[in-house]
Amino acid sequence: MKPIGVVSPKSMHFSQALPLQSGASLADYTLVYETYGQLNADHSNAVLVCHALNASHHVAGYYEGQPKSLGWWDNMVGPGKALDTDRFFVIGVNNLGSCFGSTGPMHTNPATGKPYGADFPVVTVEDWVHAQARLADALGISRFAAIMGGSLGGMQAMAWSMLYPTRVGHCLVIASTPKLSAQNIAFNDVARQAILTDPDYHAGDFYAHGVVPRNGLRVARMIGHITYLSDDDMAEKFGRDLRTGEYQFGYGIDFEIESYLRYQGDKFSEYFDANTYLLITKALDYFDPARQFNGDLALALAGTQAQFLVVSFSTDWRFAPERSREIVQALVQNNRKISYAEIDAPHGHDAFLLEDPRYMAVVRTYYEKVWQHIDGSLTTERKAAA
Amino acid sequence: MSADHFAGLRADLAFIAHWVAPGSRVLDLGCGDGAMLDYLQVDKHCTGYGVEIDDAKIPRCIQRGVSVIQQDLEAGLAMFVDGAFDSVLCLSALQMMRNVEGILRDISRVGAEAIVSFPNFAHWPHRVALLRGRMPVSESLPYDWYDTPNLRCATIRDFEELAQEVGLEVLECVALKDDGTPVTFLPNWRGSLAVFRLRKKTPA
Repeated sequence: MKPIGVVSPKSMHFSQALPLQSGASLADYTLVYETYGQLNADHSNAVLVCHALNASHHVAGYYEGQPKSLGWWDNMVGPGKALDTDRFFVIGVNNLGSCFGSTGPMHTNPATGKPYGADFPVVTVEDWVHAQARLADALGISRFAAIMGGSLGGMQAMAWSMLYPTRVGHCLVIASTPKLSAQNIAFNDVARQAILTDPDYHAGDFYAHGVVPRNGLRVARMIGHITYLSDDDMAEKFGRDLRTGEYQFGYGIDFEIESYLRYQGDKFSEYFDANTYLLITKALDYFDPARQFNGDLALALAGTQAQFLVVSFSTDWRFAPERSREIVQALVQNNRKISYAEIDAPHGHDAFLLEDPRYMAVVRTYYEKVWQHIDGSLTTERKAAA
Repeated sequence: MSADHFAGLRADLAFIAHWVAPGSRVLDLGCGDGAMLDYLQVDKHCTGYGVEIDDAKIPRCIQRGVSVIQQDLEAGLAMFVDGAFDSVLCLSALQMMRNVEGILRDISRVGAEAIVSFPNFAHWPHRVALLRGRMPVSESLPYDWYDTPNLRCATIRDFEELAQEVGLEVLECVALKDDGTPVTFLPNWRGSLAVFRLRKKTPA
């Protein structure tokens, strides 16, 4: 498998205001994105990859001179990989409100001439999808062969299938959920409280004070990270291992798990924006497409036209297999073409980002099938059946 | 039948397929690599889902264009609403289940008809093996007693009784030989695979 190699981000400005679910609107905005592979002549081979909480448009490859800057789904996307960029034209797009280039809280609010900060409007999964649809329009893609995402990215893929049913051929929803549970929301709120109560947060205006609510971000990341790992995985990696082999009888670092989480928190607080973290956790909390259908997910999905692949991981307790099964059940009730794989992997929620031969085989085979439709190698009988 | 794809459809499956009406909505429990559903979809224009637990079989179903749901049948069929299917297939899977009665009740809940097959324990070579004091090992029961996935040993007569009890009426019962051809004379002796076509009993 040859690597995808050097990639570079592009950006597109949109001057038409984007009305948001909250009632607010963004006067104008910029989306940063990357593409891999070639768009074919009839524009039928495009695949949109939607990112989760901490990630960005940088899905695969690395940046010039930075060989370690590998994209977050580089093991999935590339030449000869499960999502094969020799066949598909793959797009990664950074969502609004993010801190990786697309218009977000640290950018200048045209109304005030100062950074948006906490005034950046709260955006929802659906708002992101509408913004992504405008990018697709601009790139000449009227219909995606597939839209794929893990976790929060899976919510975007689902939202696409409901908001733009005719524009999605296949919808791949991985380690996701039709809505957050009370427990999920509770964890998110602990993270938000950590940021909001950090004295350096300055009501979201910390940019003007030249500080970063580093402690809040660290704690937010630590709590988030706990929910990404499984109990077994943590036991395996860290157990009760002590840094020095002895109890310190203090409040420094005794256990390896403490060291690991603090390191993760420190690293995160260096590059992630506190307002973005607040915003994205809210987008997670608000996602609930069944809400306007009295909680009936099958009804919410009734207008979809896509075929679906849903994948969950047995030790994922953040978005457990039960949540994925709710999606599957609702799609089965609508007689949709849907396949569901439940991968018995030890790595918790993070498993969707990791290499697992069973997981990769499922996704690879699914895309091979998608490709057969595009390149016309399916027999007519099979086309009729599909 | 498009010979290129289905020349290899197992003989017993080919026999069973003729019981499924064209255009039916089908649920195939323990669908394996999806060969049966593939055939029913392409050649009989059926639609539906397969349920399979084996990791290795999931990509093979997807490759065939069969909608497959990875799940343990022991967990039941809560995924599917009452009467969702014209026909529920449970082929050579029942004998591996702990909760046979539960799955049969679920089958009669979600389907109008069912086709159930299992190795006939009363097949004559099995009887001979038992007479000689050994557990049978044969083409239809190819395992030793200590490593078999088959938890349940049933004969054609046994199954008829249970089917009645869970509210399924036997429409047809055929015993197949190892080569997939039906046995007409002494089926409970001469058939290695028992195949039942069942219908939900209408309340009297």
